[in-house]
Amino acid sequence: MIALQGVCKTFDGGASYAVRDVNLEIPAHTFVAVVGDSGSGKTTLLKTINRLIEPEAGEVCIDGEPVRSVPPHELRRRIGYVFQGVGLFPHLSIAENIGITPQLAGWPDDAIRARVEELIDLVCLPRAYLTRMPAELSGGQRQRVGIARALAARPAIVLMDEPFGALDPVTRDGLGGECRRLHEHMQLTTVMVTHDILEAVLLADRIVVMRRGRIVADGEPHELLAGHPDPAVSTLMDMPRRQAARVRSLLEERTAHE
Amino acid sequence: MSDPLHSALAVLPDYLSQHVLLSAAALALGVALSVPLLIAARHSARLRWPVLAVASLIQTVPSIALLALFYPLLLGLSRLTGRLFGVRFQALGFLPSLLALTLYSILPILRNGVTAVLNLDPAILQAAHGVGMTSRQRLLHVELPLAAPMLMAGVRTSAVWVIGTATLATPVGQTSLGNYIFTGLQLANWVWVLFGCGAAVALALVTDQLLALIEFGLARRRPRLAWLGLCLLVAGVAAAAAVPLAAGRRGGFVVGAKNFTEQYILAALISSRLRAEGHPVTERTGLGSTLAFQALAGNELSVYVDYTGTLWHDDLHHRSDPPRATMLSELRTQLRRRYGVVLLGPLGYQNAYVLAMRRPQAAALGIRTIGDLARFAPRLTLGGDLEFFARPVWHDLERRYALHFRALRQYEPAFMYHALLSGAVNVIAAFSSDGRIAEDHLVVLKDPLHVIPPYDAVILLSPHGAHDPALRRALEPLIDHIPISLMRHANFMVDRRHDKRTPRQAARWLAHAAHLR
Repeated sequence: MIALQGVCKTFDGGASYAVRDVNLEIPAHTFVAVVGDSGSGKTTLLKTINRLIEPEAGEVCIDGEPVRSVPPHELRRRIGYVFQGVGLFPHLSIAENIGITPQLAGWPDDAIRARVEELIDLVCLPRAYLTRMPAELSGGQRQRVGIARALAARPAIVLMDEPFGALDPVTRDGLGGECRRLHEHMQLTTVMVTHDILEAVLLADRIVVMRRGRIVADGEPHELLAGHPDPAVSTLMDMPRRQAARVRSLLEERTAHE
Repeated sequence: MSDPLHSALAVLPDYLSQHVLLSAAALALGVALSVPLLIAARHSARLRWPVLAVASLIQTVPSIALLALFYPLLLGLSRLTGRLFGVRFQALGFLPSLLALTLYSILPILRNGVTAVLNLDPAILQAAHGVGMTSRQRLLHVELPLAAPMLMAGVRTSAVWVIGTATLATPVGQTSLGNYIFTGLQLANWVWVLFGCGAAVALALVTDQLLALIEFGLARRRPRLAWLGLCLLVAGVAAAAAVPLAAGRRGGFVVGAKNFTEQYILAALISSRLRAEGHPVTERTGLGSTLAFQALAGNELSVYVDYTGTLWHDDLHHRSDPPRATMLSELRTQLRRRYGVVLLGPLGYQNAYVLAMRRPQAAALGIRTIGDLARFAPRLTLGGDLEFFARPVWHDLERRYALHFRALRQYEPAFMYHALLSGAVNVIAAFSSDGRIAEDHLVVLKDPLHVIPPYDAVILLSPHGAHDPALRRALEPLIDHIPISLMRHANFMVDRRHDKRTPRQAARWLAHAAHLR
């Protein structure tokens, strides 16, 4: 379980807060999507979990243990992290990229090799790609490698920061589905930051909406779709519903013609 | 023309190996200094700015000045450690050259490295922390490997600079490929000058290509290529290190020479006499004038020839002008008392400064003495060697004869005569033992006020050398055995434009003509 208590983060000495007084509990094996406009603090919130950002106030605990008490690099080896910019190391092969965290953690070479092969299969890339360099892969393939890298050291938690932001819609949809599948398969606790509300609705068990550093809504997708007292949240949730309705009516028209 | 080429090839192993060792040591030290600086400064703008500013500043100091400045600095330091710990080190030669070149090598490596690290993709740096790297692991696994190609490009630039600049180590007493250039320049031996340039360029190109091989191997992840390049480089340096070992030149006498023809000939003469007695000899030629004396006083040279007037005024800083015999005997006692340097004896001729003109112009103006010259001086230009105008003798001439020239110009001695013949200057401060005075039919102006001090050539022995009976035995036959006519002719053999001889050949002729035992 991930627990955030009264977490605050400012980048300008307190003039404004990127994250303000956030309380959030994420039970194990949950897939949580954090949504909100750019600048709403969702990425900052995500990074406080693996200490890429240290909060000014409040505490983040994983399974009851404050993350502050764990050295950052050890903490991060236990938490998978998928970046928007993918962030593959351009000078390392695909196999070396996937195996980097186990290697840092001092796994034996055989174990790393076996794990890397298992993961490339899991993210549905041919094993021949293992010897290639990141520059030889397409954007979607690179992000598959990014996901495999995040999962390599068998983390219980995976953090994803707009993982599909730079991908085309088809690749996006395919990868989103696979993330969900991997989440189930490996019994992960997943926190995904996205600005795509439809993606959040389709993938997550629970959606957290942020605005100006605070959580303004928190619930299961169907609850939020049913309506919310905050007009901004209800407008936000209205969008996938309207899109779904439009698609449905298009399909029905077509059926009627036939 | 095959003779200068042959003589150049004969000393190539010595010059090249010393050049390689100096450059390699400077580059290795430069890398060893700049990489930690780069690592410390990469994430700190506060440190980066001053470090780069200082490195750039060093780069703007003319290289020859940087080399020259390290000598007095090290000499002072050596005296200090000598006084404090009883340990002294060589202030001439390898050490000042190494330090200056090392400082020179830092900027390209540092600037390229900093640029490379600052241009790394921030997403990749964050990913490095995201996958659980410590700062140290991020440096070793991500930052340095990604910066390596540009860093290597910096090392390559640096290597080429160092190899080129190392040719300037010759005047501070470090043998290098620059010896070809400086000696060739003094002796108007253009084959040597070209040979030195060519050798330095070839060395720089080969080194650059081997470094490029390492860079290629690193960038394309072909470690075997990188290792091959590194092994070849190391092999080259090892071979260079083996040359002096094979020659077994450790110990023995060090014969010095300043930077003009006569000095090269006398050094060759002294060396050949010592070698004939079975002593190992190293020659350090092309030294600056006062540098040579200080090196001798510091036991870095065993022996060289200097001139009484120079020693009296420039090294002992006397303002008086005693008669010739008094100056000689006073020098004997004062040099011994103040420096432990032994004046073994005069060679038998003088190499004084003289003012000389082309015969037709002197005749046309009716100039016979320096006194006559004073009237016409405002319309004339005077040429001197690089040291002349800073010497007391020039200030005395200027004051006593009220000389006011239109302009003063400095030349390498070899070019000064050309300048006179071409009309670029009208009067030169020549040397009385110079063969070119006769060859070029120059008029030597008389000095009726006896302003120019005597310049008897004398053999000086270092404090250590003074106690060596072998050294005395080999050199005593030279005392009072070299008349001016023979010295002038020997100089002429090397300096003349046709049928040129090497200093070694001229020395052999001189030994024979002077009936030296």
